[in-house]
Amino acid sequence: MDYKFDFGPVWDGMPGLLMGCLGTLYLALAGMVLATIIGIGGVILRDSRFPPFRWLIKSFVELIRNTPFLVQCYFIFFALPLLGEQLGVLMFDFGLTDKAGNVLRLSPTATAVIALGVNGGAYAIEIIRGGVQAVSKGQIEAGLALGLHRAQVFRLIVLKPALRAIYPSLTSQFTLLTLTTSVASAIAAYELTSVAEDINGRTFRTFEIYFTVTLMYLAISTLMALLFNAISRRYFSYPVK
Amino acid sequence: MATATIANSTQSTSPMIAMEHVEKWYGAYKALSDINLTVRTGEKIVLCGPSGSGKSTLIRCINHLEAYSKGRILVGGVQLGESAKTIDAVRREVGMVFQQFNLFPHLTILQNCTLSPMRTRGLSKIQAEATARRLLERVRILEQADKYPAQLSGGQQQRVAIARALCMEPKVMLFDEPTSALDPEMVKEVLDTMISLADDGMTMIVVTHEMGFARQVADRVIFMAEGSIVEEGPPAEFFTNPKHDRTKKFLGEILRGH
Repeated sequence: MDYKFDFGPVWDGMPGLLMGCLGTLYLALAGMVLATIIGIGGVILRDSRFPPFRWLIKSFVELIRNTPFLVQCYFIFFALPLLGEQLGVLMFDFGLTDKAGNVLRLSPTATAVIALGVNGGAYAIEIIRGGVQAVSKGQIEAGLALGLHRAQVFRLIVLKPALRAIYPSLTSQFTLLTLTTSVASAIAAYELTSVAEDINGRTFRTFEIYFTVTLMYLAISTLMALLFNAISRRYFSYPVK
Repeated sequence: MATATIANSTQSTSPMIAMEHVEKWYGAYKALSDINLTVRTGEKIVLCGPSGSGKSTLIRCINHLEAYSKGRILVGGVQLGESAKTIDAVRREVGMVFQQFNLFPHLTILQNCTLSPMRTRGLSKIQAEATARRLLERVRILEQADKYPAQLSGGQQQRVAIARALCMEPKVMLFDEPTSALDPEMVKEVLDTMISLADDGMTMIVVTHEMGFARQVADRVIFMAEGSIVEEGPPAEFFTNPKHDRTKKFLGEILRGH
C-alpha cells in the first residue's frame, strides 16, 4: 500500500471547494425555483379546458421523465446551439436581427439551471397535480359560489392546501434535484463536483477529496432540509383534522 | 352592469328568482324535469324529498354551480347563463351554505369571511374585516375569529359558513342540507341562526329534512321526487293535508323518526 492519507491538498483547495458549494447551492435553488414555476404552471395547463395544452404538458412530462438527465443536459448544451445557429441565420435573413448570431448558446451554468428546472419541473407537475386533485370539489364550489373566478379559486383556495398535501414528496424530489447538480460537472458548470474533479486531476488525493466532498454534500442536503422545514412552518402550519 | 340590474329589480315587484321550464340532464339521465318556481323577495322556501329527487341540483342551478340544460332561470331579473358576466353577477348576490361547510382550511375564520368581499367587491381590508366581525358577532362566534376551521366544531363551522356567505351581502341565501353533516346536539345552533336570518327578512331556499324548521319558518314547502316538483303549499296545509300519495309516503317515513 503506497497510498498515504494526506489532507493537505484538500486544505489548500478549501476556498475552491467552498466556492463550489456556493455554486451547487445556486444551481439547486435556481433549479428549484424554475421547477416550481414549471410545476405550478404545468398543472394549470395540464388540467385546462383547452385540449392542446393538456396534450402538450402530458407529452412534455413523458419526454422528460423517460430520458436521462445527462442526455437532457447535453441536448441543451451541445445540440440546441446548432439549432440556434440556423435560427440566427433565419432571423437575420428576415431582418429581425442585425447579425446572424447564435440565439440558443447558453453558458454551462445557465444550461444546468434550465436542465434542472425543466427536469425537476416535469416531476413537480405530476406531484403537484396529485395535490390539486386531493382538494375536495366542495372547496372549489364554495369559492365559485362566493363569486370568485376559476383562476382566483385556484390561486387563493386550491393551491396552498394542494402544496401542503404533497409537500413531503415535493421536497424529497427537490433534495434529489440538489444532488443531481453534480451531473452538471459533465458540462463543466461551476459547482462542487467539478471543483473536486479539478483538484483531483492536479493532486490525485482521490480519497481525501471525495471523502470531503461527500461530507459537504451531506451538509448541503441538511441545509436544504432546514430550509424546507422553515418554509413548511411559515406557510403550511395551519391545523387540519 | 349586470350587478346594477339586480340591485334595481329588487325594488320592483318582479320575483327574486324565477325558474321557467327548467330541465337538467346528465347525459341521458334527466335530473330535473320542467321545473317552474317563483320566489318572491323575502320568501322562505323549504325543499324536501327523497335523496336523488333533484332538490340539491335545483338550488345548485340557481347559482350556476350546475348548468341547466333547458328553460330559463332569472335571478333578480338577470337571466342566468347568457354570458359569464351574468353568472358572476348572480353569484355575488346569491349566498350558499353547503352540507360539508366547505370553509377554507388554510385561512382563519376572519380571512374566510373577508376573502371574497376583498377580491370581488373591492372592499378594503378594514371595511371587509368590519363587516366580517359584525356578522361573526351575529352568528355568535366572533371570539373564534382568529382560529382556523379545523379548530372549530361542526356547528361552529357551519355558522361561520353562514357568516361568510352573508359578508357578500347577498339578496338570496341557498342552504343545501345545512344540518345533515352535523352531530345531533349541534343542529339546533345552526337552525337558530337560520331562523334569526329568516326573521330579518332574508330570501331563503333551504333543502332540509328538518320539518320543525319548515313548520316554523317556511312560507312554502315544496316536495320533489324524481326531478319534478310533486306538491307545494304552506307548511300547515302541506304537513296536515298532503294531497299526493308520494308526499304522504315521504312524510310518513321522515316524521316517524321524530
